[in-house]
Amino acid sequence: MNDLLGVVDWSRAQFALTAMYHWLFVPLTIGLSVIVALMETIYVRTGNARWKGITQFWMTLFGINFACGVATGLILEFEFGTNWSNYSWFVGDIFGAPLAIEGILAFFMEATFVAVMFFGWNKVSRGFHLASSWLTALGVSLSAYWILVANSWMQYPVGCDFDPAQMRNVMTDFMAVAFSPVAVNKFFHAVFSGWTLAGVFVIGVSSWLLWRRSNVEAAKSSIRVGAWVGLAGILLTLWTGHGSAVEVARVQPMKLAAMEGLYRGSNGQSLVGVGVLKPESSRTADDPMSFSIDIPCGLSLLVYGNTTGFVPGIDDIIDGVTVNAQGDSIHGPSYADRIVMGKEARKALGDYEAARKAGDTAAMESAAARVQAYYSNFGFGYLPSPEAAVPNVGLTFYSFRVMVMAGGYLLVFILLVLFLSYRCNKWLENKWICLLGLLSIAVVWVCSQSGWIVAEVGRQPWVIQDLMPTSAAISGISKSWVQTTFWIFAAIFTGLLIAEMSIMLRFIGRSVKRDIENPKH
Amino acid sequence: METLEILQAYWWLLISVLGGLLVFLLFVQGGQSMLYSGVDETERQLMVNSLGRKWEFTYTTLVVFGGAFFAAFPLFYSTSFGGAYWLWMLILLSFVIQAFSYEFRRKSGNVYGTRFYDGCLMCNGFFGCVLLGVAVGLFFFGGPFTVNRVNLLDPSAPVISQWESTPALQSVLNLKTILLGVTVFFLARTMASLYFVNNIDGTADFTARMRRRTLWNGLIFAVLFVTFTVVLMLAPGYRADATGTFVAEDYIYFHNITRMWWLAAVFVLGVVAVLYGIGRTAFDAGWRAGIWYAGTGTVAVVIVLFSLAGYAGTAYLPSTADAQSSLSIANSSSTLFTLTVMSWVSVLIPFVLGYIWYVWRKMNATPLTARELSEESHTY
Repeated sequence: MNDLLGVVDWSRAQFALTAMYHWLFVPLTIGLSVIVALMETIYVRTGNARWKGITQFWMTLFGINFACGVATGLILEFEFGTNWSNYSWFVGDIFGAPLAIEGILAFFMEATFVAVMFFGWNKVSRGFHLASSWLTALGVSLSAYWILVANSWMQYPVGCDFDPAQMRNVMTDFMAVAFSPVAVNKFFHAVFSGWTLAGVFVIGVSSWLLWRRSNVEAAKSSIRVGAWVGLAGILLTLWTGHGSAVEVARVQPMKLAAMEGLYRGSNGQSLVGVGVLKPESSRTADDPMSFSIDIPCGLSLLVYGNTTGFVPGIDDIIDGVTVNAQGDSIHGPSYADRIVMGKEARKALGDYEAARKAGDTAAMESAAARVQAYYSNFGFGYLPSPEAAVPNVGLTFYSFRVMVMAGGYLLVFILLVLFLSYRCNKWLENKWICLLGLLSIAVVWVCSQSGWIVAEVGRQPWVIQDLMPTSAAISGISKSWVQTTFWIFAAIFTGLLIAEMSIMLRFIGRSVKRDIENPKH
Repeated sequence: METLEILQAYWWLLISVLGGLLVFLLFVQGGQSMLYSGVDETERQLMVNSLGRKWEFTYTTLVVFGGAFFAAFPLFYSTSFGGAYWLWMLILLSFVIQAFSYEFRRKSGNVYGTRFYDGCLMCNGFFGCVLLGVAVGLFFFGGPFTVNRVNLLDPSAPVISQWESTPALQSVLNLKTILLGVTVFFLARTMASLYFVNNIDGTADFTARMRRRTLWNGLIFAVLFVTFTVVLMLAPGYRADATGTFVAEDYIYFHNITRMWWLAAVFVLGVVAVLYGIGRTAFDAGWRAGIWYAGTGTVAVVIVLFSLAGYAGTAYLPSTADAQSSLSIANSSSTLFTLTVMSWVSVLIPFVLGYIWYVWRKMNATPLTARELSEESHTY
């Protein structure tokens, strides 16, 4: 059992490591592919050769980053098999489909047309090249869509039934899986956050050029494109973020409670604007915060669009308090009850298997009915206590705050840049503005990573919401194996990140001494 | 035949085709393994840039191969990847270090130097081929695992697919699987030589050397392949009877190829195409199309090998620990509903192959030259 827990912890750490490294590169790929395609569109429409130079400058940075995204992404798909083999069987009938569709529809599109983007300037027509750039951007987003469909299904399992004969979940409604509201929201939220990140990246790098008084016109032109994409990105990210919060309240109330550090909810629940949680040992349900500035009724307003709705806290949820469609609190089974029901579902499944082996059809039907009755609590049967169903509150709470505050800052920053860009663009060359642009690159990455931490830490301990805890999803492998591969990946990906940043910095640094708009080959 | 059986067979065929394409595309890895054997810097640049415009196809095909297995045969995904942990981790690592090496190798500020990245490409060239060959070898020679779904009911030990805890790679490395791995490696080098002849317009000396390499690598491959074929035809396996119980059978793959005569015909045609591609490239100094003959033949032969492993009730992942835990396309597949959905998606595959073919043709209308490299805005 101890080794099992060790394998689970290290496998989680390995997945978190690989996913977070992957997510360092992917949002830039998503957003920069759109920005590069837009710049090339300007070049093709205007015929102005300076835009070709600008396009190729950003395309080079895109290419460096794209390779890193590809390198870090491979592991993730296969880790479901290598480290989470039980999961792969338990839901493979549903979860495998989006991954396969991603490969067939998106990866080949990316792989094919990205080659045209980089090597096709002198081999294909301008129109075909432009189409290839847009198809690469489309492929990147399509890829994100199917991955997020898969991820969302883990957090909101729909379109499936449990088949006791096969001891696994089986798909019953593909459209429900592919177009679940959680998936659609998550997709747009992630993709638009990528636009924001890339927009700020372009502004930041351009700010460096302006700081060095180099390629001033190219930098200002890039800033305009980056700022518009960034503005569209941040506004749509905020909008879809709100949609995500509403969905979380509906399907993962425990995650929302952890995001707010809320232990006892109320009608007209306030929203913590800024706050510091008490240490876990001294935290109480009625007074969990050392300090906070609250927005009265803010959380109810956010979730229900009114100031009176009830938002349950962590202890409420454990006690079985939930919310009906009208936003009123109602009592359901407590987590302690759900653990009992989960164990009952597991026992019924064992009875079904025994009856199947004995050829007792009547007993099979009876056991199947019991499995069905309790199946929505199946995962609870693996938990040792109700408290085990609570995610890491501190990490979720602070990550959420960092994400929201950084997002708010980025909105103001992008608006400022746009204003300066159109009203007094000489100010873009001001060193303080340039410095702000550079610092914003760090802020946008912190924002992006925090978002993933909220999404993934906040849903623990579930690998499939309510149906399978992470601890039951594991492979039959040794802890030392996973420890070894964890450190190997940590070393390789860190080395990769160092090389990537060094190459990018060197490329940007050298651009100071050359004319971006008229590159000499 | 019921619809479910038809779809299981259909998806095994699709996986076979993906497997065939993957083995063909391993010419990229084969070429990487040759970067420092008797070539000068200019030639190395041409080789890297020629391969660098194709590496993503191999990589993507590997990912799709995995995804298709996950969607169509999740019990395989669950059993093979979790059990052969180190095998798959090393395969993945070798592809990870490939993915950034092309882009980074000659970039200013790449920290570790060009030789380091070329070393990564060579590691991927060797280990990627050999280990993928070993992994495919498991389809015929199996591994020591058990599958027991009831384990899911035990919270303290819920894992359903368990492999014998032999250290690291010991449970999957044996003479037979290594034989297939080395065979795949020399096939990849042969294909790479054919590809260079076709895709690079280098000096006459370079092309002549590549033709000689085609011959020598091809000869080694042929010897290894014949040995592997004999070993395979003599190998035992398991076949499911009418009740789904696996029964041991000697010479099962020989029986399969004689029972399914059309597979034997495709196998022979494939082998002839490969040999023709190799032979004519080696001896006809004006001919460059060998890669297409050998490539088509390779895809055909791999499809046949996968078919021998998976059809006619054969266990395509035989368990050496517990015969009844073996996996067949019948007991490891997704449900009828999922296979149907995925089959509708697969209708798009010809369209995908179509645009890949179109772009490939456009981008390779003329062979790569040193002059083109000097004029390109983006090179590796």
